[in-house]
Amino acid sequence: MEFKLFDLSIVEYAFFITAVLIILIGLYGALVKKTLIKIVIGLSVLDAGINLLLISVGYVKSGTAPIFSPALIKDMPLTLENIKKLSEGMVDPVPQALVLTAIVIGFGVTAVALSLVIRLYRHHHTLNIDEIKNLKW
Amino acid sequence: MKKILVLSLLAVFGVYLLEVLFKIDFGHQFFLHGVKDFYLTTSPDKMGVANVVTAIVVNFRGFDTLGEVTVLFLATTAMSSILYKGRHQLGERAVLFSSSRIVMTGSKLLFPAIILLGAYVFIHGHLTPGGGFQGGVIIATGFLLMLLSYEDYKVSHVALSLVESLAGITFASVGLLGFLNGGTFLQNFLPTGGLNNLISGGVIPIIYIAVGFKVGAELTGLIYTALNEKD
Repeated sequence: MEFKLFDLSIVEYAFFITAVLIILIGLYGALVKKTLIKIVIGLSVLDAGINLLLISVGYVKSGTAPIFSPALIKDMPLTLENIKKLSEGMVDPVPQALVLTAIVIGFGVTAVALSLVIRLYRHHHTLNIDEIKNLKW
Repeated sequence: MKKILVLSLLAVFGVYLLEVLFKIDFGHQFFLHGVKDFYLTTSPDKMGVANVVTAIVVNFRGFDTLGEVTVLFLATTAMSSILYKGRHQLGERAVLFSSSRIVMTGSKLLFPAIILLGAYVFIHGHLTPGGGFQGGVIIATGFLLMLLSYEDYKVSHVALSLVESLAGITFASVGLLGFLNGGTFLQNFLPTGGLNNLISGGVIPIIYIAVGFKVGAELTGLIYTALNEKD
Protein backbone atom coordinates (compact mmCIF):
# COMPACT_ATOMS: atom_id res chain seq x y z
CA MET A 1 0.00 0.00 0.00
CA GLU A 2 1.60 3.22 -1.08
CA PHE A 3 1.27 6.38 0.94
CA LYS A 4 -0.07 9.37 -0.92
CA LEU A 5 0.30 12.70 0.83
CA PHE A 6 -2.25 14.52 -1.29
CA ASP A 7 -5.02 12.10 -0.49
CA LEU A 8 -5.12 13.45 3.02
CA SER A 9 -8.14 15.65 3.41
CA ILE A 10 -6.15 18.07 5.55
CA VAL A 11 -4.15 19.11 2.46
CA GLU A 12 -7.32 19.52 0.42
CA TYR A 13 -8.76 21.82 3.04
CA ALA A 14 -5.55 23.82 3.47
CA PHE A 15 -7.24 26.94 2.09
CA PHE A 16 -10.09 26.80 4.59
CA ILE A 17 -7.74 26.09 7.51
CA THR A 18 -5.40 28.94 6.52
CA ALA A 19 -8.30 31.37 6.11
CA VAL A 20 -9.79 30.45 9.52
CA LEU A 21 -6.33 30.75 11.14
CA ILE A 22 -5.85 34.23 9.65
CA ILE A 23 -9.32 35.24 10.90
CA LEU A 24 -8.50 33.96 14.40
CA ILE A 25 -5.12 35.74 14.44
CA GLY A 26 -6.82 38.99 13.45
CA LEU A 27 -9.50 38.60 16.13
CA TYR A 28 -6.85 37.78 18.74
CA GLY A 29 -4.92 40.94 17.83
CA ALA A 30 -8.04 43.08 17.96
CA LEU A 31 -9.16 41.65 21.33
CA VAL A 32 -5.94 41.26 23.31
CA LYS A 33 -3.47 43.93 22.15
CA LYS A 34 -3.23 47.19 24.07
CA THR A 35 -1.87 49.51 21.36
CA LEU A 36 -4.40 51.18 19.09
CA ILE A 37 -2.27 50.74 15.97
CA LYS A 38 -2.03 46.99 16.66
CA ILE A 39 -5.81 46.78 17.03
CA VAL A 40 -6.27 48.40 13.61
CA ILE A 41 -3.68 45.98 12.15
CA GLY A 42 -5.63 43.08 13.70
CA LEU A 43 -8.84 44.30 12.09
CA SER A 44 -7.24 44.47 8.64
CA VAL A 45 -5.71 40.98 9.09
CA LEU A 46 -9.24 39.75 9.93
CA ASP A 47 -10.43 41.39 6.71
CA ALA A 48 -7.80 39.55 4.65
CA GLY A 49 -8.78 36.22 6.19
CA ILE A 50 -12.45 36.69 5.36
CA ASN A 51 -11.56 37.61 1.77
CA LEU A 52 -9.43 34.45 1.39
CA LEU A 53 -12.28 32.35 2.84
CA LEU A 54 -14.83 33.76 0.36
CA ILE A 55 -12.51 33.25 -2.61
CA SER A 56 -11.76 29.64 -1.65
CA VAL A 57 -15.47 28.82 -1.24
CA GLY A 58 -15.94 29.80 -4.90
CA TYR A 59 -13.14 27.56 -6.17
CA VAL A 60 -13.91 24.76 -8.62
CA LYS A 61 -11.46 21.87 -9.01
CA SER A 62 -8.84 22.63 -11.71
CA GLY A 63 -10.84 25.68 -12.77
CA THR A 64 -9.45 28.66 -14.65
CA ALA A 65 -10.07 32.36 -14.10
CA PRO A 66 -13.51 33.45 -15.40
CA ILE A 67 -12.09 35.30 -18.41
CA PHE A 68 -12.83 34.34 -22.02
CA SER A 69 -9.36 35.25 -23.29
CA PRO A 70 -8.20 34.57 -26.89
CA ALA A 71 -5.81 31.89 -25.59
CA LEU A 72 -8.73 30.00 -24.06
CA ILE A 73 -11.14 30.34 -26.99
CA LYS A 74 -8.50 29.60 -29.68
CA ASP A 75 -10.34 29.18 -33.02
CA MET A 76 -13.61 27.88 -31.63
CA PRO A 77 -16.73 29.55 -33.02
CA LEU A 78 -18.51 31.29 -30.16
CA THR A 79 -21.81 29.47 -30.14
CA LEU A 80 -23.84 29.10 -26.97
CA GLU A 81 -22.84 25.43 -26.65
CA ASN A 82 -19.13 26.20 -26.85
CA ILE A 83 -19.50 28.95 -24.24
CA LYS A 84 -21.29 26.53 -21.93
CA LYS A 85 -18.54 23.95 -22.42
CA LEU A 86 -15.82 26.52 -21.64
CA SER A 87 -17.65 27.86 -18.62
CA GLU A 88 -17.76 24.46 -16.95
CA GLY A 89 -14.02 24.67 -16.33
CA MET A 90 -14.19 28.09 -14.71
CA VAL A 91 -14.33 29.13 -11.06
CA ASP A 92 -17.33 30.94 -9.61
CA PRO A 93 -17.11 34.67 -10.50
CA VAL A 94 -19.68 35.85 -7.95
CA PRO A 95 -17.47 35.59 -4.78
CA GLN A 96 -14.66 37.35 -6.65
CA ALA A 97 -16.92 40.30 -7.47
CA LEU A 98 -18.14 40.41 -3.87
CA VAL A 99 -14.58 40.31 -2.52
CA LEU A 100 -13.67 43.25 -4.77
CA THR A 101 -16.37 45.22 -2.95
CA ALA A 102 -15.21 43.92 0.44
CA ILE A 103 -11.61 44.99 -0.18
CA VAL A 104 -12.69 48.56 -0.97
CA ILE A 105 -14.93 48.77 2.11
CA GLY A 106 -12.12 47.36 4.28
CA PHE A 107 -9.76 49.97 2.90
CA GLY A 108 -12.18 52.79 3.78
CA VAL A 109 -12.68 51.43 7.30
CA THR A 110 -8.91 51.18 7.86
CA ALA A 111 -8.34 54.74 6.63
CA VAL A 112 -10.99 56.25 8.92
CA ALA A 113 -9.80 54.13 11.88
CA LEU A 114 -6.19 55.27 11.40
CA SER A 115 -7.22 58.91 11.24
CA LEU A 116 -9.16 58.47 14.48
CA VAL A 117 -6.03 56.90 16.02
CA ILE A 118 -3.98 59.95 14.96
CA ARG A 119 -6.54 62.28 16.60
CA LEU A 120 -6.57 60.21 19.80
CA TYR A 121 -2.78 60.30 19.94
CA ARG A 122 -2.75 64.09 19.52
CA HIS A 123 -5.29 64.46 22.32
CA HIS A 124 -3.97 61.96 24.90
CA HIS A 125 -0.26 61.72 23.87
CA THR A 126 -0.39 57.92 24.18
CA LEU A 127 -1.59 54.93 22.14
CA ASN A 128 -2.09 52.56 25.09
CA ILE A 129 -5.79 51.96 25.65
CA ASP A 130 -5.25 51.35 29.38
CA GLU A 131 -4.10 54.93 29.80
CA ILE A 132 -7.01 56.37 27.81
CA LYS A 133 -9.77 56.23 30.41
CA ASN A 134 -12.82 56.29 28.14
CA LEU A 135 -11.68 53.38 25.95
CA LYS A 136 -11.64 50.56 28.54
CA TRP A 137 -13.75 47.43 28.09
CA MET B 1 -6.76 35.75 32.63
CA LYS B 2 -8.25 37.80 29.82
CA LYS B 3 -5.87 36.09 27.39
CA ILE B 4 -7.08 32.60 28.38
CA LEU B 5 -10.70 33.72 28.04
CA VAL B 6 -10.07 35.16 24.57
CA LEU B 7 -8.07 32.10 23.44
CA SER B 8 -10.79 29.64 24.50
CA LEU B 9 -13.44 31.82 22.83
CA LEU B 10 -11.42 31.86 19.60
CA ALA B 11 -10.84 28.10 19.77
CA VAL B 12 -14.58 27.39 20.03
CA PHE B 13 -15.30 29.85 17.21
CA GLY B 14 -12.62 28.33 14.97
CA VAL B 15 -13.72 24.72 15.58
CA TYR B 16 -17.34 25.46 14.71
CA LEU B 17 -16.38 27.55 11.64
CA LEU B 18 -14.10 24.75 10.37
CA GLU B 19 -16.75 22.11 11.01
CA VAL B 20 -19.18 23.99 8.77
CA LEU B 21 -16.54 24.54 6.09
CA PHE B 22 -15.43 20.88 6.07
CA LYS B 23 -18.95 19.91 5.06
CA ILE B 24 -18.46 21.83 1.81
CA ASP B 25 -16.07 19.89 -0.40
CA PHE B 26 -13.20 22.15 -1.38
CA GLY B 27 -13.39 22.77 -5.12
CA HIS B 28 -16.72 21.03 -5.52
CA GLN B 29 -19.17 22.45 -8.03
CA PHE B 30 -22.05 22.79 -5.63
CA PHE B 31 -23.98 25.41 -7.58
CA LEU B 32 -24.33 23.33 -10.74
CA HIS B 33 -27.31 25.15 -12.19
CA GLY B 34 -27.34 28.48 -10.52
CA VAL B 35 -26.52 32.09 -10.86
CA LYS B 36 -22.92 31.25 -11.82
CA ASP B 37 -23.90 29.62 -15.12
CA PHE B 38 -26.17 32.52 -16.01
CA TYR B 39 -23.36 35.04 -15.52
CA LEU B 40 -20.77 32.89 -17.31
CA THR B 41 -22.93 32.41 -20.42
CA THR B 42 -24.68 35.81 -20.64
CA SER B 43 -21.52 37.88 -20.25
CA PRO B 44 -19.61 36.73 -23.39
CA ASP B 45 -22.71 35.84 -25.39
CA LYS B 46 -24.98 38.88 -25.06
CA MET B 47 -22.79 41.61 -23.57
CA GLY B 48 -19.48 41.04 -25.37
CA VAL B 49 -17.38 41.24 -22.18
CA ALA B 50 -14.52 38.74 -21.84
CA ASN B 51 -13.89 39.29 -18.11
CA VAL B 52 -16.97 37.97 -16.32
CA VAL B 53 -16.01 39.54 -12.97
CA THR B 54 -16.01 42.99 -14.62
CA ALA B 55 -19.41 42.26 -16.17
CA ILE B 56 -20.80 41.42 -12.71
CA VAL B 57 -19.21 44.38 -10.95
CA VAL B 58 -20.09 47.06 -13.52
CA ASN B 59 -23.24 45.80 -15.21
CA PHE B 60 -25.18 43.25 -13.16
CA ARG B 61 -24.22 44.89 -9.87
CA GLY B 62 -23.56 48.38 -11.25
CA PHE B 63 -25.74 50.13 -8.69
CA ASP B 64 -23.75 48.44 -5.93
CA THR B 65 -20.52 49.73 -7.49
CA LEU B 66 -21.95 53.27 -7.47
CA GLY B 67 -22.56 52.83 -3.74
CA GLU B 68 -19.04 51.45 -3.29
CA VAL B 69 -17.51 54.51 -4.96
CA THR B 70 -19.67 56.65 -2.66
CA VAL B 71 -18.29 54.77 0.37
CA LEU B 72 -14.74 55.59 -0.76
CA PHE B 73 -15.75 59.25 -1.18
CA LEU B 74 -17.27 59.22 2.32
CA ALA B 75 -14.08 57.70 3.78
CA THR B 76 -11.98 60.46 2.17
CA THR B 77 -14.34 63.17 3.44
CA ALA B 78 -14.47 61.69 6.95
CA MET B 79 -10.69 61.40 7.10
CA SER B 80 -10.09 65.01 6.09
CA SER B 81 -12.79 66.27 8.44
CA ILE B 82 -11.21 64.33 11.33
CA LEU B 83 -7.64 65.37 10.56
CA TYR B 84 -8.10 69.02 9.53
CA LYS B 85 -9.25 71.80 11.81
CA GLY B 86 -10.26 74.22 9.07
CA ARG B 87 -10.77 74.06 5.33
CA HIS B 88 -7.44 73.86 3.43
CA GLN B 89 -5.56 74.42 6.70
CA LEU B 90 -2.54 72.24 6.03
CA GLY B 91 0.03 71.39 8.66
CA GLU B 92 3.74 70.80 8.23
CA ARG B 93 4.84 67.65 6.41
CA ALA B 94 6.44 65.21 8.83
CA VAL B 95 9.85 64.32 7.34
CA LEU B 96 11.81 61.63 9.15
CA PHE B 97 14.80 61.69 6.80
CA SER B 98 15.28 63.41 3.45
CA SER B 99 15.73 61.15 0.45
CA SER B 100 18.97 60.92 -1.51
CA ARG B 101 19.52 62.09 -5.09
CA ILE B 102 19.32 58.49 -6.39
CA VAL B 103 15.84 58.02 -4.92
CA MET B 104 14.68 61.41 -6.25
CA THR B 105 15.91 60.79 -9.81
CA GLY B 106 14.70 57.19 -9.83
CA SER B 107 11.19 58.09 -8.70
CA LYS B 108 11.02 60.90 -11.29
CA LEU B 109 11.86 58.28 -13.95
CA LEU B 110 9.40 55.72 -12.59
CA PHE B 111 6.45 58.08 -12.06
CA PRO B 112 5.20 58.27 -15.73
CA ALA B 113 5.61 54.51 -16.11
CA ILE B 114 3.48 53.85 -13.02
CA ILE B 115 0.76 56.23 -14.27
CA LEU B 116 0.84 54.48 -17.66
CA LEU B 117 0.50 51.04 -16.03
CA GLY B 118 -2.47 52.25 -13.99
CA ALA B 119 -4.16 53.67 -17.10
CA TYR B 120 -3.51 50.38 -18.95
CA VAL B 121 -5.06 48.36 -16.12
CA PHE B 122 -8.28 50.36 -16.00
CA ILE B 123 -8.69 50.78 -19.77
CA HIS B 124 -8.35 47.00 -20.27
CA GLY B 125 -10.61 46.18 -17.32
CA HIS B 126 -13.13 44.30 -19.47
CA LEU B 127 -10.48 42.16 -21.25
CA THR B 128 -7.83 41.25 -18.66
CA PRO B 129 -7.70 40.86 -14.87
CA GLY B 130 -7.91 44.29 -13.29
CA GLY B 131 -10.21 47.25 -13.60
CA GLY B 132 -11.04 50.68 -12.31
CA PHE B 133 -10.32 50.08 -8.63
CA GLN B 134 -7.00 48.35 -9.23
CA GLY B 135 -5.84 50.90 -11.82
CA GLY B 136 -6.81 53.78 -9.54
CA VAL B 137 -4.80 52.27 -6.68
CA ILE B 138 -1.75 51.89 -8.98
CA ILE B 139 -2.01 55.59 -9.97
CA ALA B 140 -2.24 56.58 -6.30
CA THR B 141 0.93 54.59 -5.52
CA GLY B 142 2.73 56.67 -8.19
CA PHE B 143 1.70 59.84 -6.37
CA LEU B 144 2.71 58.27 -3.04
CA LEU B 145 6.20 57.60 -4.44
CA MET B 146 6.55 61.24 -5.52
CA LEU B 147 5.25 62.52 -2.17
CA LEU B 148 7.68 60.33 -0.23
CA SER B 149 10.75 61.21 -2.29
CA TYR B 150 10.15 64.97 -2.68
CA GLU B 151 9.51 66.88 0.53
CA ASP B 152 7.96 69.88 -1.24
CA TYR B 153 5.84 67.97 -3.77
CA LYS B 154 2.40 69.57 -3.91
CA VAL B 155 -0.85 68.04 -5.13
CA SER B 156 -3.57 70.55 -6.01
CA HIS B 157 -6.72 69.91 -3.97
CA VAL B 158 -8.79 71.82 -6.54
CA ALA B 159 -7.60 69.61 -9.41
CA LEU B 160 -8.21 66.45 -7.36
CA SER B 161 -11.77 67.39 -6.46
CA LEU B 162 -12.43 68.48 -10.06
CA VAL B 163 -11.29 65.10 -11.47
CA GLU B 164 -13.20 63.26 -8.76
CA SER B 165 -16.50 65.05 -9.29
CA LEU B 166 -16.24 64.91 -13.11
CA ALA B 167 -15.69 61.14 -12.92
CA GLY B 168 -18.62 60.76 -10.53
CA ILE B 169 -20.88 62.83 -12.81
CA THR B 170 -19.81 60.67 -15.78
CA PHE B 171 -20.72 57.48 -13.91
CA ALA B 172 -24.13 58.79 -12.83
CA SER B 173 -25.02 60.32 -16.20
CA VAL B 174 -24.04 57.15 -18.13
CA GLY B 175 -26.33 55.34 -15.71
CA LEU B 176 -29.14 57.83 -16.36
CA LEU B 177 -28.67 57.48 -20.15
CA GLY B 178 -29.67 53.84 -19.66
CA PHE B 179 -33.26 55.09 -19.39
CA LEU B 180 -33.13 55.69 -23.19
CA ASN B 181 -35.15 53.16 -25.19
CA GLY B 182 -37.17 52.34 -22.11
CA GLY B 183 -34.31 50.66 -20.23
CA THR B 184 -33.37 50.75 -16.56
CA PHE B 185 -30.69 52.60 -14.60
CA LEU B 186 -27.16 51.65 -15.78
CA GLN B 187 -28.50 49.51 -18.63
CA ASN B 188 -26.33 49.18 -21.71
CA PHE B 189 -27.47 51.43 -24.60
CA LEU B 190 -24.43 51.19 -26.89
CA PRO B 191 -23.62 48.41 -29.40
CA THR B 192 -21.63 45.64 -27.72
CA GLY B 193 -19.02 44.94 -30.41
CA GLY B 194 -16.92 41.80 -30.78
CA LEU B 195 -15.56 39.77 -27.89
CA ASN B 196 -11.97 40.60 -26.89
CA ASN B 197 -11.83 43.86 -28.85
CA LEU B 198 -10.68 46.96 -26.98
CA ILE B 199 -13.87 48.81 -27.93
CA SER B 200 -16.50 46.33 -26.85
CA GLY B 201 -18.95 45.78 -24.04
CA GLY B 202 -20.97 48.98 -24.52
CA VAL B 203 -20.91 51.27 -21.48
CA ILE B 204 -18.69 49.03 -19.32
CA PRO B 205 -15.29 50.51 -20.42
CA ILE B 206 -16.64 54.08 -20.03
CA ILE B 207 -17.85 53.40 -16.49
CA TYR B 208 -14.64 51.61 -15.50
CA ILE B 209 -12.46 54.45 -16.84
CA ALA B 210 -14.54 56.91 -14.79
CA VAL B 211 -14.15 54.68 -11.72
CA GLY B 212 -10.39 54.52 -12.31
CA PHE B 213 -10.05 58.33 -12.38
CA LYS B 214 -12.28 58.67 -9.32
CA VAL B 215 -10.45 56.08 -7.23
CA GLY B 216 -7.04 57.46 -8.24
CA ALA B 217 -8.01 61.01 -7.28
CA GLU B 218 -9.64 59.92 -4.02
CA LEU B 219 -6.71 57.80 -2.85
CA THR B 220 -4.20 60.51 -3.79
CA GLY B 221 -6.21 63.02 -1.75
CA LEU B 222 -6.34 60.55 1.15
CA ILE B 223 -2.55 60.06 1.16
CA TYR B 224 -1.98 63.82 0.90
CA THR B 225 -4.40 64.43 3.78
CA ALA B 226 -2.66 61.90 6.02
CA LEU B 227 0.81 63.31 5.22
CA ASN B 228 -0.18 66.94 5.88
CA GLU B 229 -2.10 66.25 9.08
CA LYS B 230 -2.24 69.33 11.34
CA ASP B 231 -1.42 69.03 15.01
